[in-house]
Amino acid sequence: MAAVIESIRLAIRTLSANRSRSLLTMLGISIGVGAVISLLSIGAGVQAYIDDLFAGAGTNIITVQPGKLQRGGPPGASSSAQLTEGDYRAIVANTPNILAHGAFLQSIGNFIYEKKESQVIVYGVTPSYTVIRNWLPAQGRFVEEADNTSRLRVVVLGQTLAKDLFEDADPVGQVVKLNNIPMRVIGVMTSKGASFVGDQDAVAFVPLMTAQDRIFQAQAQAKSGERIVNAIAVQGASEAVRPSIESAMRTVLRERHRLAEGDEDDFTIVSQTELINTFGALTSVLQIFLGAIGAISLLVGGIGIMNIMLVSVTERTREIGLRKAIGAKRKTILSQFLIEAVTLSLLGGLIGILIGAGIAAVIPFFADFKPQVRGSAVGLAVGFSITVGLFFGLYPAWRASKLNPIEALRYE
Amino acid sequence: MNNNGRTPVIDVRDIYKTYQMGEHEVRALAGVSLTIYPGELVAIMGPSGSGKSTLMNVLGCLDQPTAGSYRLDGVDVEQMKEDELAAVRNRKIGFVFQSFNLLRRTSAIDNVEQPMIYAGVSAKDRRARATEALESVGLGTRLKHFSSELSGGQQQRVAIARSLVNNPAIILADEPTGNLDSKSGAEIMCLFQTLSREKGITVIFVTHDPRIADHCKRIIRIADGLITGDDLVAEQRDACAEHSAFTAAAALTAAAPGKMSAKK
Repeated sequence: MAAVIESIRLAIRTLSANRSRSLLTMLGISIGVGAVISLLSIGAGVQAYIDDLFAGAGTNIITVQPGKLQRGGPPGASSSAQLTEGDYRAIVANTPNILAHGAFLQSIGNFIYEKKESQVIVYGVTPSYTVIRNWLPAQGRFVEEADNTSRLRVVVLGQTLAKDLFEDADPVGQVVKLNNIPMRVIGVMTSKGASFVGDQDAVAFVPLMTAQDRIFQAQAQAKSGERIVNAIAVQGASEAVRPSIESAMRTVLRERHRLAEGDEDDFTIVSQTELINTFGALTSVLQIFLGAIGAISLLVGGIGIMNIMLVSVTERTREIGLRKAIGAKRKTILSQFLIEAVTLSLLGGLIGILIGAGIAAVIPFFADFKPQVRGSAVGLAVGFSITVGLFFGLYPAWRASKLNPIEALRYE
Repeated sequence: MNNNGRTPVIDVRDIYKTYQMGEHEVRALAGVSLTIYPGELVAIMGPSGSGKSTLMNVLGCLDQPTAGSYRLDGVDVEQMKEDELAAVRNRKIGFVFQSFNLLRRTSAIDNVEQPMIYAGVSAKDRRARATEALESVGLGTRLKHFSSELSGGQQQRVAIARSLVNNPAIILADEPTGNLDSKSGAEIMCLFQTLSREKGITVIFVTHDPRIADHCKRIIRIADGLITGDDLVAEQRDACAEHSAFTAAAALTAAAPGKMSAKK
């Protein structure tokens, strides 16, 4: 052990004697480790961002939308199929293990207050929306059951809309015009911030039945005369019951839509779990790709270390001869040079960790997500650095240990 | 030689060493026998190609004889493996080289500590013993100096301290004054004579320089791989006196430089 400490001291002394050469040699490893660290941190950050996004929507939510979701296309765009209030009630009646449920109508609405005007997405919602999106009002209240059944002309504003119309004034109790229909503001939602789908706060909520019967009548009328909804959402009791809920929903809808066996669904059931898995698969592909780049830089850095160590062994032939003459054994010389190579790669790795962490720290200034430098990534980087040093240092160290002391002492 | 029945520190019997040089076999040592007793100051002399260097490598356990036996300080070494030889060199032999062979960018004391690191001596003891050894060669005030900050004579004294520090059975000095001027050479030989007289260390010089040999008690001559002479020196020269003379002359030069150079 004392000999190892001695070798480390010696290695640091030798490396600092050739400071610029050592630094340049380390650079390869630093870049490789820096790449690995920043990329893993970015991956973790993106993952956390996505998790956060979905966690913001309540847990165990399963949504049904009309039409078959074509890969790459927007939901509902491919088919004239519709979902109706009847579908909603049937699902609620026939699906076990659900904690909450809701149905929504979605449209674009034009808001006017005094001289100000703003166009946003308007959702006709049931009160359970707060549970399903895990989103509550900051001021006032949300849509309640009585608002819905009485088709009251009330509206809850998103933060962006509230700012657009009222600036800093209190909107609650004020009357705005939605598509020229006067609506009383009963609440303002908390801010959800921006996401990759845009500003989540540029929205407004009205009671579902108000939307269907008083604002968007034309859009909300099915051919059968039933009222249309754009989405039905239920909250499952747990992740474990998700498959049974999905299959119950599918059975109900296929029966109601009179689909024969072999026909494709004319609706799409999406669960958060699936979405998260899809994004997870995406990010892991990204991480594998970026990890490969890091691995290549580590390989190149390792070859650089081997090169420099071979040069060092040649330059120090006389020193090796002397050390052998005064009693160094083969394994002593071997470990001395091996430790030197590992010290080089490890220091390079530590610099790389700092570089990677630095990049991770700077990213939030340019992007929406915050990279996370995880202990596991740092551990991985340290492990890689040591392995690279050992692997690429072994051959030069072996060459040094094999030198004949007589010839080495005579070397000019 | 009268050694009063003491055990020799070096007991070499009938040593051969042959090298394969392409198709030719070169016989560097052709049956060398020799004994050296503790406390001796011996010069092994011979022209280049005489087998002198080969003999030194064998005596220094850097090389193995092709045939014959070698007993060093009571241990048979001719059959030892590489790492065992390294241990023997570490414990029983101190090396002093023509070109000093100090580690670069390393302080005097760290250089002297090196053999003790390989011997597994604790850091504290190493420091104490290295300090002591450097004091004994007159460098007690230059412990932290790097070799680049020391004169040739001082560097060689660091090397001597390094050779002494594991209390070896013998010191092998290969042309130790070859890279030094006459004054520093006298200083180094004075140091060897003093160490031999006061501490009873055994020093074997390998040289072709008669001025070194004259300072020894015994001269072994080698030619064509054989010992051709083994004589006691009748009048051993006193290196310390010569060194004092150099110093005195230098003092005179310093006092009256014009006069001295004119005389020259």
